[in-house]
Amino acid sequence: MTLASPLAALGRPVLAALAALGRVAIYAGQTFGALFSKPFYTREFLSSLLHVGWLSLPVVGLTAIFTGGALALQIYAGGQRFSAEAVVPQIVAIGMVRELGPVLVGLMIAARVTSSIAAEIATMKVTEQIDALVTLSTNPLKYLTLPRVLAGTLTVPLLVAVGDIIGIMGGFLVATGQLGFNKATYIQNTLDFLEGADVVSSLVKGAVFGFIATLIGCYHGMASGRGAMGVGGATKTAVAAASVLILAANFLLTSVMFGS
Amino acid sequence: MIELANVTKSFGSNHVLRGVNLIVPKGQSMVVIGGSGTGKSVLLKCVLGLVRPDQGLITLDGQDVAKAEREAFLARFGMLFQGGALFDSLKVWENVAFRLLRGPLKRPKAEARAIAIEKLRRVGLVPETADLFPAELSGGMQKRVGLARAIAAEPEIIFFDEPTTGLDPIMAGVINDLIREIVSEMGATAITITHDMTSVRAIADRVAMLHGGVIRWTGPVKEMDVTSDPYVQQFIHGRATGPIAAVR
Repeated sequence: MTLASPLAALGRPVLAALAALGRVAIYAGQTFGALFSKPFYTREFLSSLLHVGWLSLPVVGLTAIFTGGALALQIYAGGQRFSAEAVVPQIVAIGMVRELGPVLVGLMIAARVTSSIAAEIATMKVTEQIDALVTLSTNPLKYLTLPRVLAGTLTVPLLVAVGDIIGIMGGFLVATGQLGFNKATYIQNTLDFLEGADVVSSLVKGAVFGFIATLIGCYHGMASGRGAMGVGGATKTAVAAASVLILAANFLLTSVMFGS
Repeated sequence: MIELANVTKSFGSNHVLRGVNLIVPKGQSMVVIGGSGTGKSVLLKCVLGLVRPDQGLITLDGQDVAKAEREAFLARFGMLFQGGALFDSLKVWENVAFRLLRGPLKRPKAEARAIAIEKLRRVGLVPETADLFPAELSGGMQKRVGLARAIAAEPEIIFFDEPTTGLDPIMAGVINDLIREIVSEMGATAITITHDMTSVRAIADRVAMLHGGVIRWTGPVKEMDVTSDPYVQQFIHGRATGPIAAVR
């Protein structure tokens, strides 16, 4: 009993986490399957495109520009220690496109979109709107989940692309305005250094992170408990889960795409 | 006809339904009464397939509802939820015409809107209400919009979950009269769950009392007051003492 207790204490949360992962995987499979059957709710999809994509642009842009600027300052300061301050354009570009762009946009989407989706769907659940959908012969998975997940998967790569460009621009503004870099040389160095694979990896990460952020928001909204505490709990869990999964997925994708 | 035979449902250690047997004849208005937390809503949700019973058989016109084609089955139903359950993101008329804007009953938008406005008028709401959002309505108006949505596609069977809860007595009376009129007019089969005895007397053809997870008593509404069943008597007279524990 004494020996087994620590193992049981360790095993229970591991089993619970695996079970949760399994449920999310089944939910993801059901969502994917829903893509291939009618009806497709175009209006809900367009509305999701607006909310997930267009309305996230300001927060993505602001995050990217400040990060790009800070990155340029850090690389310049760090590079000075071994006389490598000239690599600012290249490192800002590769840092933004390969890592910071997708990850920061993913995390901002988790904060803004996952929370909003989870809270909205959880509220719909506790106010019986999900039950009402079913009684009105409407599959909630097709009406609520699929449009949001599809919109997330399609728009977050675009947001990442915009974030990458704005981030590089942030670095450019700081480097040319504050650190004395030549504008034309900075742009030329950036363009010369970036490869197609860097951009593709950024967009692939964006699609995966968009899928995760929206799917997790929908899943936790649907799995919400009762009352205000249920909605709050679902929202909190969704944001935490989406953020961790985005960071884990980022590591896996980076390992696969650049590991060798 | 809706028939429930030995239906059981538990949530963990909470055995809500312990063998419910109930027949609702076609075209009749059945009101299910019972205390809070006795499983009245669960009963309705079992019929609709929103909650899966652990055991027992539920049939609609002799067909097992669990094996029915879902879309066709649900197309026969309308439901008024306790809180209205209106979709916040849609305008009132889009809520009412929800079923008419998508799926097999889909029709042109202008026609769906016209039907929605007609149903709103039927429940006593002016056409100007149609373009408001649910959050702009009072509780009573939301309930009436929910009622309009429940009847919009002219279903054969309508469920009303606590239709008058939270309403003032006048508005409750209006809703009761509306339900009675609509059920009579449409010839629909109705199940209403409530613990409002005024509603029971206004709406019911037959009454069933759910207590302890089983149907304790069922009979025509006119027999409700004269039955010797102590559970029914305690409930309809609102007595604190009797076989039903006041502390649950």
